[in-house]
Amino acid sequence: MNKVLAQQPDAASAAAAPVIEFRGVTKRFGALTVLDDFNFSVAPGEKVTLIGPSGSGKSTVLRILMTLEPFQEGQLTLAGIPYHEPNGKGPFRASDRHLHQIRSHVGMVFQSFNLFPHMSVLRNVTEAPVAVLGLSRAEAECRAIDLLRMVGLADKKDQYPAQLSGGQQQRVAIARALAMRPRVLLFDEPTSALDPQLVGEVLGVIRNLASEHDLTMLLVTHEMRFAREVSDRVCFFDKGRIVEEGEPERIFTAPAEPRTREFLQSVLG
Amino acid sequence: MDWLTYLPSLAQGALVTAWITLASIAIGAALAFAAGIARVEGGRAVSTLALCYTEVFRGTSLLVQLFWLYYALPLVGLSFDPVTTGIVGLSLHVGAYGSEIVRGALNAVPVAQREAARALNFGRVHTLMRICLPQAIVEMMPAFGNLAIETLKLSSLVSLISIADLTFRAQSIRNITLDSATVYTLTLVGYFLMSLVLMLAMRLIERMVRRGAAFPRAAHA
Amino acid sequence: MMYGYTWDLTTPLTYAASILPILLIGLTVTLQAAAAGFALALVLGLAFALLRRSRIKAVALTTAFVVEFLRDTPLLVQLFFLYYVLPDYGITLPAFLTGVIALGLQYSAYTSEVYRGGIEAIPRGQWEAATALNMTRWQTYRDIVIPQMVPRIVPTMGNYLVAMLKETPVLSVVTVLEMLGLANMIGERTFEYLVPLSMVGIIFLLLTLICSAGIHRLEKVLPKAGIPLR
Repeated sequence: MNKVLAQQPDAASAAAAPVIEFRGVTKRFGALTVLDDFNFSVAPGEKVTLIGPSGSGKSTVLRILMTLEPFQEGQLTLAGIPYHEPNGKGPFRASDRHLHQIRSHVGMVFQSFNLFPHMSVLRNVTEAPVAVLGLSRAEAECRAIDLLRMVGLADKKDQYPAQLSGGQQQRVAIARALAMRPRVLLFDEPTSALDPQLVGEVLGVIRNLASEHDLTMLLVTHEMRFAREVSDRVCFFDKGRIVEEGEPERIFTAPAEPRTREFLQSVLG
Repeated sequence: MDWLTYLPSLAQGALVTAWITLASIAIGAALAFAAGIARVEGGRAVSTLALCYTEVFRGTSLLVQLFWLYYALPLVGLSFDPVTTGIVGLSLHVGAYGSEIVRGALNAVPVAQREAARALNFGRVHTLMRICLPQAIVEMMPAFGNLAIETLKLSSLVSLISIADLTFRAQSIRNITLDSATVYTLTLVGYFLMSLVLMLAMRLIERMVRRGAAFPRAAHA
Repeated sequence: MMYGYTWDLTTPLTYAASILPILLIGLTVTLQAAAAGFALALVLGLAFALLRRSRIKAVALTTAFVVEFLRDTPLLVQLFFLYYVLPDYGITLPAFLTGVIALGLQYSAYTSEVYRGGIEAIPRGQWEAATALNMTRWQTYRDIVIPQMVPRIVPTMGNYLVAMLKETPVLSVVTVLEMLGLANMIGERTFEYLVPLSMVGIIFLLLTLICSAGIHRLEKVLPKAGIPLR
């Protein structure tokens, strides 16, 4: 199954250089400051979960990384590439070509799946590899079927998204993101839009992905037990800053900060 | 500058255009409500009649209608002057389109509103006037705004039955001076400005209607 | 006599029957003008809609103004403008082609609004997913936005086609011999206008009823490939 995914640089050589690095990043929506002098880095292959109350800016971190949102101050690098170009123009302060280069390293799984409704499952997974990476259709289909098998949906390849359950749609969306062989995969509340009985199948797929591959993963989730299982590190986020971070065992059993404790009590009951 | 000398004549034409447009909008609106309400509330005969009116005037071309009226009205002894013919033709045409707007908006009033009115034992007229129309009329306004602009544009066709409106004047001036570019540019700008004024007026009326119906702006969302 | 057909003025009915072939020749011109004009409106309207979404402010604003201007001024005056002004600049086109361009220009203002509405109805998540898959703007339009938009806008576009059909008689004023032009010519020669004009009206009525029924059917057949059409 490893051949399906991109080869990652081995951990030893990369340990020195983080794959994601935020330095003093500030993000504002008008008068509202969503991220305030934000510092954060992720090592290659690391699985990091962001938890915290809604509206605390967790999703914004992912959306900035995916270049869906610009930020105003500070520096962000991905695999050593800075997001801003020295003479970059527009809100992103970068050319389309530069953004294109950055995006080639990142994939994203959305809360509302965002599958393309007019394309079959197979087409959803092959469209970008053909159009963007320039793969032949046969090659892309081969890759897609491997991935669909991995998420357990190879038999649904000719169906349309509307014919699938929410959980199945999200699994297709994961396959679609993986087909681009990103180094970093972002999960933005992947189970929040699902009926409770469908959450398990999606978490199962992500769990396998986390345990069997050295893909760098950044997750925003409200599933605390899951966060504890899959993460190397958990960050508690509040009001645009990381209040506390550490190994999941410690955060969940012995949080140091009162705000973390309050939050965990409120969600874990 | 030559174009300055064209202005008085064009302005006179614009007045005729404005008069024909406004008269047609007013009469057309009356026809639209009559036919639209007839289609929704009328008995079988009345609503069929309204349907025929709507289909005939929406389904045939306005220019054909204008020529037809121009030649037909004198034959039945109604020797209208061209301006009256123009207004009658344009009103009938606009009324047919407007009736579809009225009908659509009335049908869009939730059934529950009628049921509530029936539960309170309101009469049909009372239900229509006090419950359904006030809600529907707010929905109609944007479409009526577009229809008003259409009316202004379509009014240019009356120049072809020899009414001295803006387009007619432009044709006359161009036939004498052959200065086509200037004349038609001025004419287009004239129509554009009148459209803007009409749009503004329709927006004001929409606001008044909304206030009159005591609806907050996004009530229907 | 016209196109080899003579009229028979014995009764209104024989008159009507005798000029029907002539009017049907005009009908083919009407249909050709509407078809060509609408094709132009579809292409031009899409161009306007995309330019209006340009990230360059000046382009977007200019396009918005042009569209507004086209939409707020009469077809007849636009037609006169093209018919009389273009030759002054050395562009002499056949009347039919001038008419087609006028129809296309006027209706491109409408179709561009339809496209715009169609594009805006595509959920933001679709754009974001395309960005996340590293598709370019052009690829996103081509593969994601336009294929989802088209089935949604077909009924509205169909209604505009019918509307354009009913405006083609305007072309008769620049000597295009479509149905109304021919009816008027027959009237001039026979001094009997009502029968030919009534026939043109009836033919238009039949035509629009058929087209509306066709669009209605199309609407029912269209929802395909999983696109929710609301």
